[in-house]
Amino acid sequence: MINVATKNRIKDKLFEYWGVISTLIGVVLLVVFMTDIFMEGISRIDATFFTNSPSGLKPETSGIFPALLGTLWILILTASISIPLGVGAGIYLEEYSEKNWVSSLLEINISNLAGVPSIIYGLLGLEVFVRIMGLGKSVVAGALTLSLLVLPIVIVATREAIKSVPNSIKQAAYGLGATKWQTIWTQVLPSSIGGILTGVILALSRAIGETAPLIVVGAAAYIYDAPDGLLSEYTVIPMQIYTWMPDAREAMKVNAAAGIIVLLMITLVMNGFAVYLRNRWQKKVKW
Amino acid sequence: MSEKKIMLEARNVDVFYGEFQAIKNIDMKINEKSVTAFIGPSGCGKSTFLRVLNRMNDYVEGFALRGEIEIDGEKIYRKSVKVEELRKKVGMVFQKPNPFPKSIYENVAFGLKIQGITDKAFIEERVINSLKQVALWDEVKDQLKKSALALSGGQQQRLCIARTLAVEPSVILMDEPTSALDPISTSKIEELLQDLKKKYTIVIVTHNMQQAARVSDDTAFFYMGELIEFDKTDKIFTNPSMEKTESYITGRFG
Amino acid sequence: MIIEKLLFLCASISILITLGIILVLLLDTFEFFQEVSFIDFITDKKWTPMFKDKHFGIGSLLAGTFLTTVIAVGVAIPIGLSIAIYLNEFAPKVFRKRIKPALELLAAVPTIVYGFFALTVVTPFLKQFIDIDSFNALSAGLVMGIMIIPYISSISEDALYAVPKSLREAAYGMGTTRLQTAFKVTVPAASSGIIVSIILAISRAIGETMIVAIAAGQKPTLTLDPTETIATITSFIVQVTTGDVEHGSIEYKSLFAAGITLFLFTFILNNISYFIKKKYQEKYD
Repeated sequence: MINVATKNRIKDKLFEYWGVISTLIGVVLLVVFMTDIFMEGISRIDATFFTNSPSGLKPETSGIFPALLGTLWILILTASISIPLGVGAGIYLEEYSEKNWVSSLLEINISNLAGVPSIIYGLLGLEVFVRIMGLGKSVVAGALTLSLLVLPIVIVATREAIKSVPNSIKQAAYGLGATKWQTIWTQVLPSSIGGILTGVILALSRAIGETAPLIVVGAAAYIYDAPDGLLSEYTVIPMQIYTWMPDAREAMKVNAAAGIIVLLMITLVMNGFAVYLRNRWQKKVKW
Repeated sequence: MSEKKIMLEARNVDVFYGEFQAIKNIDMKINEKSVTAFIGPSGCGKSTFLRVLNRMNDYVEGFALRGEIEIDGEKIYRKSVKVEELRKKVGMVFQKPNPFPKSIYENVAFGLKIQGITDKAFIEERVINSLKQVALWDEVKDQLKKSALALSGGQQQRLCIARTLAVEPSVILMDEPTSALDPISTSKIEELLQDLKKKYTIVIVTHNMQQAARVSDDTAFFYMGELIEFDKTDKIFTNPSMEKTESYITGRFG
Repeated sequence: MIIEKLLFLCASISILITLGIILVLLLDTFEFFQEVSFIDFITDKKWTPMFKDKHFGIGSLLAGTFLTTVIAVGVAIPIGLSIAIYLNEFAPKVFRKRIKPALELLAAVPTIVYGFFALTVVTPFLKQFIDIDSFNALSAGLVMGIMIIPYISSISEDALYAVPKSLREAAYGMGTTRLQTAFKVTVPAASSGIIVSIILAISRAIGETMIVAIAAGQKPTLTLDPTETIATITSFIVQVTTGDVEHGSIEYKSLFAAGITLFLFTFILNNISYFIKKKYQEKYD
């Protein structure tokens, strides 16, 4: 007869093992998946993969050049739109707004926007940017749509970074006769720029991996040139992968896998850079 | 002996934070080019009253002031008064040294640059001058580009004083400037005050009575938001008129 | 001050966006219901806007969304909670520090990559054991579950962490095991945070597009059988917009009818969790 105390200890130990397993299960599966993809796609990775256009006729020479440049365009445009707006909103909410119903509304609102499924932003972009504003299935419409998605993230990152600047620094600046904006511009922003940049890069790296909203606003499934203007058609890397995937030919599957490798590399580099920035910034500004 | 003019005057001043009254009916006159100490137990309102003098309380939610504060003949709680201008005349040094995370030079130059001054020679002259006044020049003259955060606590505080001096104020407010420092740095700064008072009007809040006795010409004793007694330092510490003052001085409470 | 006004403008764009979403969805849905009766929308068993014989019963899409979400959450809750409890109560601090970023990684992988796994790795694997369609809800649901593990584990762990040490020590002082303390003391005390994490995970699963679009199929089916090919609200939207859809057509409007249904669900869930968080945040201050 095992007594209760022993039973409890056994249960305790069992859970400990289960805990380790469950913690590692996701990570292990991810590694398994990654290895699988890597092995499937690595054969296609050479210089031509990056410089060729996709080809339905000759899958072995299909490349992601238009998608690569499309992603670049989208990245730069989205950054140009969302950074000023997001950082500006973050500064306002953190430094200027008073505790009243307007600011509470803004806060709830941003919290809501962060939880909206990305495809809904696609629908919004479809109606407003593609149709009403007449931008069509253009790269600028795609960038505007992604900016909507990324905006709440940038705002939150900005606010967190600004919050971490000690009040004593602001008091010192005010005490010397600086205006609110002077204090923000000369002290608060320079000190929080690291945190803001980190948040921005993470947001953009997420935007790069987004497929659904861009499908909805018309990223092209079959395109062979890089974008040549704000209004030109375009594709992005995840979109190109999505186009290659349903194709039953083995070579196309390899291309899709190779495309994924490229996408993951880019995401990894961006995330890594953001983490590096965060560490450097935290070391530099030791209060 | 020449009559010193009145630099700061408070008349019937009440301060409220929302419903709570932090300062009750204070009248006070402070002479120019002197050191006045504000003493009193925790929560007595001495810091609040100090911050009233450069309108730093404006940022506190629910803050309201009744009565009149005049600095160098000008009423400072008027809508027409630009707070930024006021703070060029009335500088502040805080309890915990708070240099900007920039170079030593940039710290001292900050107050001038935000005024729009771009003349490099002018700025440099002021910076050197200020650092000399706080006896920091010899220690840092070869490392002006170094980060201010690399200095010791005492040096940082002297830097903060230099930063305030660079804009050439008339009044310097100090909120427990040495409470976070070691005894040697403390005495260096107390020495400094004796020099500075020849040019500036200084008001210093301190919870250290011995310090008040050492450095000030006049002392104001605050208790529960009221000004209990305000007189020459010698008198306050040897023969106070009010019983409460005496109790505080002799350590019966506080 | 001009600068303040400019910055306020930036902040208020966020309100504009929300209004835009609501307006756009509402207006097109309103037009949709000019042509399709609400009763049909609710009760029709088929959803076939793209076929000649058009049916507009949202039920099939809801079934697909529901099915994949339940599977995903069914995977993520036990694993996510176990991770949270293990890291909080059992694991050495160093392990916790090292493993947390790895877990966050799960949520950072682009969903198209997960979709690819589900389609090319998970489905063939499952096919060896059960009779399952090439596109099915199970693979998609399982992979989605993996993706949302960090949503539950991270937030729950923070909630557990916030429980005051004194409560735990009271339990240990009475001779309880770590497991008992976790389940009888810490978890109940952190219940509001854990519930918030679950709601957020559900909301995320409902709104997921690429994994289901790639691996679950694009054939609206009113079923609860995870081995069948289905469609979700999100995969339907992708399917239609991948082709050319004419503005103003009923197919176009059906996008928004589906969209507003999705939006309603996630909006309600997100706000419930927001208010739970706000209400119980002061508990331990």
